[in-house]
Amino acid sequence: MTETAAPDYRQIWADLGLDLESHDLLLEAVGDLYATTFLAQDNRPEAMGYLDFVMSEVHGLRIKELHDFRKAGGKVVGTYCLYVPEEIIRAAGAWGVGICAGAEWAYDQVEQVLPRNTCALIKSMMGFELGRVCPYLEEADLLVGETTCDGKKKAYEIMGASLNMHVMELPQMKREKDLTFWRDEIVELMRKIEEMTGKKVTAESLKAAIVEVNDKRRALQRVNTARAASPAPISGKDSLLATQVAFYDDVPRFTKMMNTLADELEARAARGDGVAPKSAKRVLVTGTPMALPNWKLHDIIERAGGVVVGEEMCTGSRYYDKLVSEDATTLDEMIDDIAEKYLDINCACFTPNQGRIDDVLRMAGELDADGVIDYTLSFCGTYQIEASSVEKAVKGAGLPVLRIETDYSAEDVGQLSTRVEAFLEML
Amino acid sequence: MRILGMDIGSRSVEAVWLQDRCVAESVIADSGFDPQTVAREFVDRAEHDALVVTGYGRHAAREAFGCDVVTEIKAYAMGVHALHPEAGSILDIGGQDTKVILLGDSGRVLDFEMNDKCAAGTGKFLEVMARALGFGLEEMADAAMNAGQHVTISSMCTVFAESEVTGLVHRGEDRAAIARGLHESIAKRTLSSLRRVGAAAPLVFAGGVANNDAIVSLITAGTGGSVIVPVEPQTVGAYGAALSALDSPGR
Repeated sequence: MTETAAPDYRQIWADLGLDLESHDLLLEAVGDLYATTFLAQDNRPEAMGYLDFVMSEVHGLRIKELHDFRKAGGKVVGTYCLYVPEEIIRAAGAWGVGICAGAEWAYDQVEQVLPRNTCALIKSMMGFELGRVCPYLEEADLLVGETTCDGKKKAYEIMGASLNMHVMELPQMKREKDLTFWRDEIVELMRKIEEMTGKKVTAESLKAAIVEVNDKRRALQRVNTARAASPAPISGKDSLLATQVAFYDDVPRFTKMMNTLADELEARAARGDGVAPKSAKRVLVTGTPMALPNWKLHDIIERAGGVVVGEEMCTGSRYYDKLVSEDATTLDEMIDDIAEKYLDINCACFTPNQGRIDDVLRMAGELDADGVIDYTLSFCGTYQIEASSVEKAVKGAGLPVLRIETDYSAEDVGQLSTRVEAFLEML
Repeated sequence: MRILGMDIGSRSVEAVWLQDRCVAESVIADSGFDPQTVAREFVDRAEHDALVVTGYGRHAAREAFGCDVVTEIKAYAMGVHALHPEAGSILDIGGQDTKVILLGDSGRVLDFEMNDKCAAGTGKFLEVMARALGFGLEEMADAAMNAGQHVTISSMCTVFAESEVTGLVHRGEDRAAIARGLHESIAKRTLSSLRRVGAAAPLVFAGGVANNDAIVSLITAGTGGSVIVPVEPQTVGAYGAALSALDSPGR
């Protein structure tokens, strides 16, 4: 990808203070990984060409768009978690981008600051910062963190020393008083961004943002509904990529392109055109989020002949399944609706979290899954502990389940492949 | 019809030739530094109508020989079911993996568990510990069997356990008692794995570590049931791989 990068991108990267040499290495590694993971697949939907293009310009065109937007006075808000309401960011005139944390980078520097036994997501988040290789991080006028786990909470403190960081406190229960508390946190975030952009959020601007983001989620719902056909009209890898890109791409453009993809998938499904044979084992994946460019498990499953038909994850159904109500007319009611929708996401940081288990069982049924793979990153305590409840519930429903605990490294790919292949043989 | 089944493992390569469903010959060789060359010698050794490979070298073998592959889990399930149709579950401890497989009707895999990336409690662990104690492998198992007492080993990580053993040796602990402790720690870990999967009796114990009498007797005592060790526990995977060729469509 570096060879084709237009020279003005290099100037932008230099202006942003990136370590250009390391950054070249990162782009090359991601480019190679993308080619072997995605481009090498057979019979991909044509509309995936858009995501290929977006990925080939991952630090190029999109960064230039953000750069130009900021030059014209716009503000960019970086986020790490889907609890941060993007509707609020957009309604205040800013652009939100999800910051990547899905690759092992600059761990030597990270481990001088964080304990070695920290989850890969947090180490990666810190590594992209310390290694100075993430242009999104550098373009962000404000970073919004959240208290979804102890590791992130403490890492944000460290990052806040050199970055403009705002942390939202996410309750860990879903009672009425938690909702009230969470609503206050959203209002506080709104004030913070309004102050930064100098634009007040109005009922009109928030309504428009709600509809715009809902449209994006509806497009992803269409893609994922079409995906459930047998034979699968799109690979799990490609579907996962669509959700990952949803966090940082231009919203109206992405929505349009995902609807085009959905049209194609629906047509494929109607004529029975698939990327894997009808007999391929269908797997539902649940667990910790898979941030860009973490495609490890999906790649292992699909190389072994299975097909991933759904993700009950933050980079999956938890992102697009629920919409903010569009019925409200006043600003206050809209904020109520946003608070309610976002608190309704089922992260393992909540107790109890029966909603997640219900979702896994429901999705397994709807998607006609042959088995469930529960995926956790090492040292992600909440998901690791919840894994036993998930396993018990899924087995109780008569479906086989495989528990995988891993990180972003390639060292366990051999053993994981054996376990996944044996799991598929068993189904 | 002659079929060759091979299990290309981390420590050894096993080959089993079937002639009309019966074992004609079985061979075990060290993997060495180039297991694919060892495998090629077996492939070239005699004519065969089908070749199926299992073990961690299976994917490389598929590229080299264009053969079919199956996972060790399926291979062991097929091999054990053919040898001991009454088996309810399988324990396989190999060079760097431990697997527990729960069997259903006609040898179908119902569930399995496999260790993560570390080699804790595997054949490799025993080799490293034997070296730390200055024992040969069999010698260590004998010493453990006959030790009057045991020293508790708390580390299961191969690297940490080696440091722990070195510390114990320097403290002047009896090495037979240390050996006993090491075997007990493997047995304890294995038994908890068997319980998690809900391993049904009778249990067939295969893989290279099944040759270790101390582990076998500790597992037998721990399960309180009968443990069956096949005559040649290391070749069960290769045998199962060969049998899987008979199952394939068109054969």
